[in-house]
Amino acid sequence: MFEAVAFYLFAFLTIAMFYITVTTSQALYALTALAAGMIFISAFFFILGADFLGAVQIIVYTGAVMALYAFGMMFFDTTREVKEKQGNKFIVVGLATLAAVMVVAIFVAPIVSTNMTAFYPMVEGAGNTQEVGLVLFTKYLIPFEVAAVMLLVAMVAGIVLAGKKMDLSLTLMSAEQAKDIDDKDKKVLS
Amino acid sequence: MEIGLNHYLVLSTILFAIGLVGIMRRKNLLLLFFATEILLNAVNIAFAAISHYYGDLTGQMFAFFVIAIAASELAVGLGLLIVWYKRHGNIDLDTMTSMRG
Repeated sequence: MFEAVAFYLFAFLTIAMFYITVTTSQALYALTALAAGMIFISAFFFILGADFLGAVQIIVYTGAVMALYAFGMMFFDTTREVKEKQGNKFIVVGLATLAAVMVVAIFVAPIVSTNMTAFYPMVEGAGNTQEVGLVLFTKYLIPFEVAAVMLLVAMVAGIVLAGKKMDLSLTLMSAEQAKDIDDKDKKVLS
Repeated sequence: MEIGLNHYLVLSTILFAIGLVGIMRRKNLLLLFFATEILLNAVNIAFAAISHYYGDLTGQMFAFFVIAIAASELAVGLGLLIVWYKRHGNIDLDTMTSMRG
């Protein structure tokens, strides 16, 4: 009973928030609604017993991703209204068809896979975080490492793309050139 | 009424459809990114629900990797967006026609 109430409450809240995100013409409203929707989604993870995933959802999405979006929005002109595409008949028809096909596929999928068995079953007498650690650091160690390398590459790419004067190399230029650039920076600042 | 796997899958479908609508109608690239985040989150709900109802942790593992991919995609995408904005002064999708043959 409690589970049902929580599910329907958070389902309604999440759908409402994401609906606001895709329909509002104010970028700041979209950002706030998206952050709220992410928090509400973590509630589903807690209901489903995936405590660690819920905590990661809150930390990564509302902590890191939203902060990064807010940082990015400082660069862009977000105060003016966002222009929207004018309604195209073909896009509307295509979207409706795609959504209908997807609903059918999702309803059929559990029927097809009724004989599915657990590949890595839950360990008895261990908390969710402990179980996640057991599986992540044994069966999924290599994907975990690859994901770490991918995050490192993404971090370097983000710094190089967003940073200033990243096309210059201080190690490759001579001392005079480096000093010139340094002086120019000081002149700009003062 | 007992909440089953289908409830979560229906919710995931609705959220995914909302994200698709957002991707189709948004012109501003930043708001297009928001819509992709919605898509990834919708899939994460389905993964976590299947993981719970089949007693298998693989779904949660996939959800973790999806979150990692979303974070790195965002870092690179936002960097590219900042470069584009510095050069052209807007981030409207319709102005990005330099690749048109």
